[in-house]
Amino acid sequence: MPTSLPSSTWDTRRQRRQARLQRATQAGIGRHVPAERIKTLLETVIAPGDRVCLEGNNQKQADFLAQALSECDPQQLHHLHLVQSVLALPSHVDLFERGIASRLDFSFSGPQGGRLARLVQDRRIEIGAIHTYLELFGRYFVDLTPDVCLITAQSADAAGNLYTGPNTEDTPLIVEATAFKSGIVIAQVNERLEHLPRVDVPGDWVDYVVVAPRPNHIEPLFTRDPAQITEIQILMAMMTIKGIYAEYGITRLNHGIGFDTAAIELLLPTYATALGLKGKICTHWALNPHPTLIPAIESGFVQSVHSFGSEVGMDAYIAARSDVFFTGADGSMRSNRAFSQTAGLYACDLFIGSTLQIDLAGNSSTATLGRITGFGGAPNMGSDPHGRRHASPAWLKAGREAAGPQAIRGRKLVVQCVETFREHMTPVFVEQLDAWKMQESLGMALPPIMIYGDDVTHVVTEEGIANLLLCRTPEEREQAIRGVAGFTPVGLARDQAQVDQLRARGVIRRVDDLGIDPRLATRDLLAARSVKDLVRCSGGLYTPPSRFRNW
Amino acid sequence: MDQLTFQFPAQPCKPSAKASLCGVVSSGNLEVLITQGGQPNGCEVSIHTSARGFAPIWQAVLADFAAQHALGGTAITINDMGATPAVVTLRLGQAFRDYCGGAQ
Repeated sequence: MPTSLPSSTWDTRRQRRQARLQRATQAGIGRHVPAERIKTLLETVIAPGDRVCLEGNNQKQADFLAQALSECDPQQLHHLHLVQSVLALPSHVDLFERGIASRLDFSFSGPQGGRLARLVQDRRIEIGAIHTYLELFGRYFVDLTPDVCLITAQSADAAGNLYTGPNTEDTPLIVEATAFKSGIVIAQVNERLEHLPRVDVPGDWVDYVVVAPRPNHIEPLFTRDPAQITEIQILMAMMTIKGIYAEYGITRLNHGIGFDTAAIELLLPTYATALGLKGKICTHWALNPHPTLIPAIESGFVQSVHSFGSEVGMDAYIAARSDVFFTGADGSMRSNRAFSQTAGLYACDLFIGSTLQIDLAGNSSTATLGRITGFGGAPNMGSDPHGRRHASPAWLKAGREAAGPQAIRGRKLVVQCVETFREHMTPVFVEQLDAWKMQESLGMALPPIMIYGDDVTHVVTEEGIANLLLCRTPEEREQAIRGVAGFTPVGLARDQAQVDQLRARGVIRRVDDLGIDPRLATRDLLAARSVKDLVRCSGGLYTPPSRFRNW
Repeated sequence: MDQLTFQFPAQPCKPSAKASLCGVVSSGNLEVLITQGGQPNGCEVSIHTSARGFAPIWQAVLADFAAQHALGGTAITINDMGATPAVVTLRLGQAFRDYCGGAQ
């Protein structure tokens, strides 16, 4: 006979959930919650120490619920553990300043990076880890499953079914992790409808719905005004198209959100078409609906785009281009961050993005002293997935450049595209990343490196392209990076003889080596030179937010 | 305001225009004028710049450009308003292509 019997109770979470729902019922709160009773609901169904996912996505925000939670009584609600992909709103940080939440696991903090760093320094917040999106999503189903999630959708019906609209983003995933582990799901919506255009989240996964007094906030994070694209960015875009996209035959890819990649998108209908590359490159994308992609779509360059989220002002255009975008039977787009991240990781042959610092090993980081900004999706997109098994010409070519003709696997192309100096002549190339100092001052387990150097295959600057796949030793790699680092201190410290040798081997290629005429690098080469051009190109379907309208 | 002058040895060039002018004097930009100079195996550069204290970087950028392009027999005049080395190299390249001819 065993000395101790295991507990015979196997549904404590379900019982706890039932008790909480019952308390809310006793407080007179049913499935549809009046906005003015939201704080009572939160204080009733959330308990101290709960793990809470407050839906803060890259773009849309459960801002009403965030505000309400931050105004709850810290005597009643405290020591919450926030598990959310993006910490974007001031109210998110208020939660820690007011003592309601004390621990955080997240991916990206963007505009709140400075306040977050101060809280960590003052020991008022404990950061579990800074994740990539897929990593955090994965942990929702392993050891960071939310007890309660506060989410946002466009509309709800009487049964609690939710329509997210084009900005589906993280919502289905958050709800799935919470609802199927006996958690509680609370949704803010912009409106109650009798009939939803489509059901994105089934009503029996949702416990409470509140119509928010204001529509949820959506940030136009992916809109880049072509008027701000410089000739240097155009020159680097030309080099990337001719020296990388054309040579590897890149058809499946993901772009970062900077002006460098916006320039590439705007050169597809002009420069790339003139090079005869239409149909040969950039046909399939994991990408948000960048307005700067409109000219390439209109010119027939682009066949398919799956998106992490939508973009403000793009909804009508997307609905009218269902061959290209993923749309529902109702006509509007369905995005999904987890699926698009998976697509970017496993189904794309190239990621290109920008960064704030690159060191001599090619490690890159956007962490600068005094700001904890996190990573977002870049580390997933910008990494070589060892779980990949399907071949493609681009992947094979890169793999063979790295390991010879007998290579047993290919390589994802991970390209960092930077000007050697940022604003105020701050060099991008550095001997040591600020990330290391940050690790020390904040007591982190690891320096917050966005993309590891051993995943980077190419560095593009105005000085040329360094192909790191062809480097055979760490020393060669260092000289290849110095060789395109221009007149930064890191660049000036290059060994000229070694750099000349790398250039002779084609490891470094300059504008002249690529057969590019610098006189073409003017803004005339852009398929659209202003936001108004983009609107015109879309046939009036793109309706930019007012901050991007100057006419 | 800084006024700088440099001389670099360079391979002789074969001009196809009397002069070439690229760029504009505006914030973060510059104008580059290439005309005929006095020495067939050298290039004379004179710079007016609004940004003080960058002489070593100008020296490095121009020496690198002179080493890679046949600039012998040219005189280069630059009016700069805080252009980055990237913009300087781009303008030099554009002006040089115009000066030496060759279709776009």
